[in-house]
Amino acid sequence: MSKIKSLTKKQLFLPIFSMILVMLVNVIYDIACGNPPLSFFQIATQTTTSGNTILFGRLIDVLNRGSEVAILAIGMTLVVSASAGTDISVGSVMSLSGGLCCMLLAGYGVTNVSEYKVPLIVGILAGIALAVVCGIFNGFLVAYLNIQPMVATLILWSAGRAIGLLLCNSAIVYVRVPSFQFLGSYCGFLPTPILVAALCILITALVLKFTAVGTFVQAVGINKKAARISGFNSSKIILICYAVCGLCAGIAGIVATSRIYSADTNNIGLNMELDAILAVALGGNSLGGGKFNLAGSIIGAYTIQAITTTLYALKVSSAQAPVYKAIVVILIVVIQSEPVKAYFKKLSAKKAAAKEAN
Amino acid sequence: MKKIKISSNNILLLITVALFVAMYGAGCIVYGSKGFTHLQTFLNVLINNAGLICVAAGTTCVMLTGGIDISVGSLVAMDCMILAVGIEQKGMSSITLMILILAIGLVFGLVQGYLIAYLQIQPFIATMAGMFFARGMTAVICTEQVSIVSDAFFVGLSNAKINIPFGIGAYTNKKGILQIPYVRPTVIVALLVVVLIYLMLKYTKFGRSIYAVGGNQMSATLMGLNVAKTKMLTYVLASFLCSIGGICYCLNTMCGTTTQAGGYEMDAISSAVIGGTLLTGGVGNVIGTLFGVLINGTISALVKSNGKLNSSWPNIITAVLLCFFIVLQAIFAKIKEAKKA
Repeated sequence: MSKIKSLTKKQLFLPIFSMILVMLVNVIYDIACGNPPLSFFQIATQTTTSGNTILFGRLIDVLNRGSEVAILAIGMTLVVSASAGTDISVGSVMSLSGGLCCMLLAGYGVTNVSEYKVPLIVGILAGIALAVVCGIFNGFLVAYLNIQPMVATLILWSAGRAIGLLLCNSAIVYVRVPSFQFLGSYCGFLPTPILVAALCILITALVLKFTAVGTFVQAVGINKKAARISGFNSSKIILICYAVCGLCAGIAGIVATSRIYSADTNNIGLNMELDAILAVALGGNSLGGGKFNLAGSIIGAYTIQAITTTLYALKVSSAQAPVYKAIVVILIVVIQSEPVKAYFKKLSAKKAAAKEAN
Repeated sequence: MKKIKISSNNILLLITVALFVAMYGAGCIVYGSKGFTHLQTFLNVLINNAGLICVAAGTTCVMLTGGIDISVGSLVAMDCMILAVGIEQKGMSSITLMILILAIGLVFGLVQGYLIAYLQIQPFIATMAGMFFARGMTAVICTEQVSIVSDAFFVGLSNAKINIPFGIGAYTNKKGILQIPYVRPTVIVALLVVVLIYLMLKYTKFGRSIYAVGGNQMSATLMGLNVAKTKMLTYVLASFLCSIGGICYCLNTMCGTTTQAGGYEMDAISSAVIGGTLLTGGVGNVIGTLFGVLINGTISALVKSNGKLNSSWPNIITAVLLCFFIVLQAIFAKIKEAKKA
């Protein structure tokens, strides 16, 4: 009993618990439909028309489609931790970086090309660099001008997508070159986005483990003034966090663009900022800043994708899916809220008292 | 005469008003030949944004408590869909539907407010869930675009013109027909909402407690205010105003689609910020928000009058203005701090 109690107190308990819950729904649904009960976890190989062998299955799909949100969640976790606010511009920045990349590769005003104007790497790096610049802009406003993060990032939320549309001349720019599709399709038998996300997570995890950056960020998030007095350059740390968030948005934007080998500026990253913030919250991180848990955010990101995939498997249309998503979100955050936790604690204390009385 | 004290908050409001006048004046000079100088152009800005004015008034109240409500855009979409489907497919009367929508607004606000005030869920997350819910519900009700044509009362209300009396701003057009400027009933509703909210914030106990809660929650508690109740009622008020705004919006568009009013919540928030409301709470004014909406509307009207500019320009200009205003606010905050120290 006490083991279970200590387990439930761990910060990662709830994110993992909700993930398991989502999978359980899948299993129950499959049993109800007469499918093999574990079809959610089945991973099979398939040979595509071009002769490649690839992995497929719902689990792979969740990992694949959840890549962008997972990448965004890395940056968002740092931003939330350091500045006690959210960066709502990431979705627009994604679309902006994708737009710039495609615009450079195709040339301004051209909507359909089958060969590059500039080398692929230039386009990708330019897109990511622009995203980092956006992040630095946000960070400057938040760190040095003390503007509330949400208002500061509201600027790019509105302008990012609009500038992206201007860059692409308000059209969808197609880049029909196979090498451009690499980042969004398959690398060997695994979908490349999974590898990109894994790489991003790995690098961040290593940096956090072997340097003191994580501690710095948390110190600034818990008390900016105290951190400054104890010798940290608080503003610089916040600025760096926003820059990293921009970097993540840029990478996610390139992956999303590569997936559809076109810059659909109106739709890339639409409402993605909400998913990223949700991932952070589901991971058991407080949106009020301070301590953070990267693993929680990542699990949260994939949980969101698992919910979405499950809903599609349950034959809910994509337009109606948000209803169920909202209910799940409410349930999870209510369970995690302080008053509810306190209520359960009181309940169990009462039970214990009753036992003692007997 | 009472001397008006000029504090930094008043200055922000003054700058907003001055900017609006300057922008509109510039429009009159540059696009005078395209009819920008007519009173009707200004009234059209009001007509087009009547819904947004109601919604932004509610958002301002929420922002004054230090919270945020991002569910409003989806709620407006849901209201429109309920009206459209109710009238066209279920054959219900529009008056019943309007009462139903206002009731839905109250319940919606009550749930969000309870989650935020009593279960201490972050406003952003709670209203985000509300946003998902309302947007999804819109699709559950109907996935197609439904136009409202069959309800005589509703169509009449939508087309009703209230002429400006005494011939103010009347002119004869190129064909020699006298054009009398008019407003729609929605504008009257929107302006009434602004006046009522202004009076409420200024003179009622509830209004003052909103400022107190937003200014400093701890001292509000120590003063004996019921912080949780105030917060909850503010969210109820915001969602109720949003429902009124939804009806006004629907009277403009006369249809229900799953994607309409996308980004409305950010329009409302940016209007409030341009109008001088701080997201941290405690500072702001609904009159400023009205001018914020008008500035946004004027930008769109200017770009429309030009006719050649890309449709993404209004967004960019709004963003630049937003940037200008928040930097200004930051500078004022710094000056204030320096004075204190």
